Amino acid sequence: MELKSNIPEGPLAEKWTRYRSSVPLVNPANKRHLEVIVVGSGLAGASAASTLAELGYKVKVFCFQDSARRAHSIAAQGGINAAKNYQNDGDSTYRLFYDTIKGGDYRSREANVHRLAEVSGNIIDQCVAQGVPFAREYGGLLSNRSFGGVQVQRTFYAAGQTGQQLLLGAYSALMRQVGMGKIAMYSRHEMLDVVVIDGKARGIIARNLITGKLERHFGHAVLLCTGGYGNVFYLSTNAMGSNVTAAWKAHKKGAFFANPCFTQIHPTCIPVSGDHQSKLTLMSESLRNDGRIWVPKKKGDARPANDIPEDERDYYLERRYPAFGNLVPRDVASRAAKERCDAGYGVGPSKMAVYLDYASAFERYGQIEAAKQGLVDPDKETIKRLGKEVVKEKYGNLFDMYEQITGENPYETPMRIYPAVHYTMGGLWVDYDLMTTVPGLYALGECNFSDHGANRLGASALMQGLADGYFVIPYTIGSYLSKEISTKAIPTDHPAFEEAERNTQAQIDRLLNVKGSRSVDYYHKKLGKITWDKCGMARNEQGLKEAIGEIKALREEFWQNVRVPGDQHELNPELEKAGRLADFLELAELMCMDALHRNESCGGHFREEYQTADGEALRDDENFSYVAAWEYKGEAGYELHKEHLTFENIKIAQRSYK
Amino acid sequence: MSGNMKLTLKVWRQKNREAKGAFETHQIDGISPDMSFLEMFDVLNEKLINEGKEPIAFDHDCREGICDTCSMFINGRPHGPKRGITTCQLHMRSFQDGDTIVVEPWRAGPFPVIKDLVVDRSAFDRIIASGGFVSVNTGNAQDANSIPVAKEDADDAFDAAACIGCGACVAACKNASAMLFVSAKMSQLAHLPQGQPERRRRALAMVAQMDKEGFGNCTNTYACEAECPKLISVSNIALMNREYLGATVKSDE
Repeated sequence: MELKSNIPEGPLAEKWTRYRSSVPLVNPANKRHLEVIVVGSGLAGASAASTLAELGYKVKVFCFQDSARRAHSIAAQGGINAAKNYQNDGDSTYRLFYDTIKGGDYRSREANVHRLAEVSGNIIDQCVAQGVPFAREYGGLLSNRSFGGVQVQRTFYAAGQTGQQLLLGAYSALMRQVGMGKIAMYSRHEMLDVVVIDGKARGIIARNLITGKLERHFGHAVLLCTGGYGNVFYLSTNAMGSNVTAAWKAHKKGAFFANPCFTQIHPTCIPVSGDHQSKLTLMSESLRNDGRIWVPKKKGDARPANDIPEDERDYYLERRYPAFGNLVPRDVASRAAKERCDAGYGVGPSKMAVYLDYASAFERYGQIEAAKQGLVDPDKETIKRLGKEVVKEKYGNLFDMYEQITGENPYETPMRIYPAVHYTMGGLWVDYDLMTTVPGLYALGECNFSDHGANRLGASALMQGLADGYFVIPYTIGSYLSKEISTKAIPTDHPAFEEAERNTQAQIDRLLNVKGSRSVDYYHKKLGKITWDKCGMARNEQGLKEAIGEIKALREEFWQNVRVPGDQHELNPELEKAGRLADFLELAELMCMDALHRNESCGGHFREEYQTADGEALRDDENFSYVAAWEYKGEAGYELHKEHLTFENIKIAQRSYK
Repeated sequence: MSGNMKLTLKVWRQKNREAKGAFETHQIDGISPDMSFLEMFDVLNEKLINEGKEPIAFDHDCREGICDTCSMFINGRPHGPKRGITTCQLHMRSFQDGDTIVVEPWRAGPFPVIKDLVVDRSAFDRIIASGGFVSVNTGNAQDANSIPVAKEDADDAFDAAACIGCGACVAACKNASAMLFVSAKMSQLAHLPQGQPERRRRALAMVAQMDKEGFGNCTNTYACEAECPKLISVSNIALMNREYLGATVKSDE
């Protein structure tokens, strides 16, 4: 099968405009008869569902959480990018496009990224109209801040809770349609399979998590908005329930999985404190706006941070990357922290941490505040106190969270941070319409692979989720559904529904019947250790080969020895976790295979064999300038398909932030 | 791992919505003060599974204090003894070695127990669906900076919008009143120009739905504010009463 990306003809900046003017439409009378299933209620899912319902389609939304409002988009902290150029600092659609392509280390598709940049401004307009309380200046206009990998201020934010506010905006739009009877909402429902009839996606099998009953739902099209697969590493900043199951089941029904090895390790997370750890907590990238990152110059220096004099500190990001300093992209910052810790300069009890220090920010803001208040010769303590107040207003909730988790006061002593798994750039392969290789099956948001290449820039995930849902899918789905207007709803006693339900039931029975001796978490932790050690921040051929063998063995053991208590027909969190882990155990192998085949370093994929003399990622554009899209072949494994990337509007270069 | 706390847990067990529930006592040791309260439950559940027993069902997801899926009533207080945090952000250093801790689900008529510590909070979704929004279809918006909003108003709207919909306010209230939750949404939109056109309609619809769900009335004990993990102020309830009164007067005209 040949991959067709269906990128419209014409100059880059005109593709989307031309596409919108020529894409077939569905008339309102026909929309009423077309049913769309949306799986996932995060930014992509909620925005897509509400917009499609507004247009007149019949929509069903499914989420495994108890309410649509609890999807993991809610936890995004820092902000959302948009090329508004409100700051008059030289931003433009092209610059956002350029930054995203470069930030992604030239492994994303130009046309999709340009479209993303084009609609970015509309997102902010839409959210403000919904009543999203973005941060504002005294003049009443919107405020912006900087994020990594960028030299303009284009990030809109709502304190450290931007994801929450954007999601609540999308959720309110969704619930409005629910209240109007135009969306049927199924919370506490988990999608467990896609139903494919005559080669087209026609519905899903979902489990009601309260009664345990399997349900069949028909749709003329199915949208997967189910997020990323970061929990394949067990410890990540993802929510405990975040999983790959919907995407993986779709993959096994024919949707290609693209670039699974492109995973993002976020540089600023609270370090692991012990074996009991169940998840890692992010400290927003926005903290790098004002904080300075350092380690002691002396190896194994055990003095408390505040006792280490200024000239014995190594501000290694500022030293290595003077142009971007502490605001280098995430992959670069993470690797630099790992490099220092591996070399023996790490701090804290585990020695696997670096300092994120706000002392100079307290002083800088304190000076400004003192000048504002007209204080003459204020003493050091006054300046510090004033500075702390300013920082509290900007980042107070993050500082509080840090103290809550670590028991240390970050206003008094520098925070300790270390990189952690945060986001997955890889995902289901989609064409320009966001359609997977299964006709009628779409993937939106983090669930797809398309916009972030090998590394996502900060504040771009929220942008992409909402772009896909509010402004892309409402147009592109027309190109498919316009051909479906005479397709009647297919009764769910169709053999394809029966077969899909039978298979789902068989997997549940199998999980419950192993009756082994180890819990699901036991295996999940083991899987996490393999993937983190051998397919984490740095990878090499030998490690990846070992990982593939270990994952296979672990998978086998899981199916022989897992213990899933309880039964199907009740709320059974262990059964839910077991099903998700079964899929992670398969995905993990493909992720390592993908990492093994990609004999280059790019973005978050760092192969130790391929680096420059000064330790930067060394791409191989001649041989690897493509999207690796894997086809599931059952027992036979996976077949690689390549979508070659062409860059007509951007000059490929080695990424430099020096 | 540092520390080795021993604890006695009295946990509510209930098979399903219809079943009768009861407390079950568990001893647990090897607890580190650095663990979160939910991680302590992970340890307990792992133990139960290894002993061939059924683990305790509890709601949780983001474990960073923002999704508010977690909803435990700990020693008589929603989200436990500390102010301004959710259960996932509560750490074992807030307890003493040897403590007995009582853990129950949210108790309120409109939040029926689904299993053990898990309750059904879908009533909140229905309240939002009744009017907790601005009616603006995608594509209708004008440029985001075309309507300036005074920073003070934006900040007030934000403070109200910080509500995470956890239901601690209801669980804390002797009347099972949802007025802190409802007023937070109403207040957010009342502080913004975008929320003005539907202000009266919203107040009437949300209050009607709240009553329909069976939530009680506010009698000013302020337990909701004291237990709110996001410190939402009861002043929002005063605003809500004004909104509602204004709306009824107007609609009677």
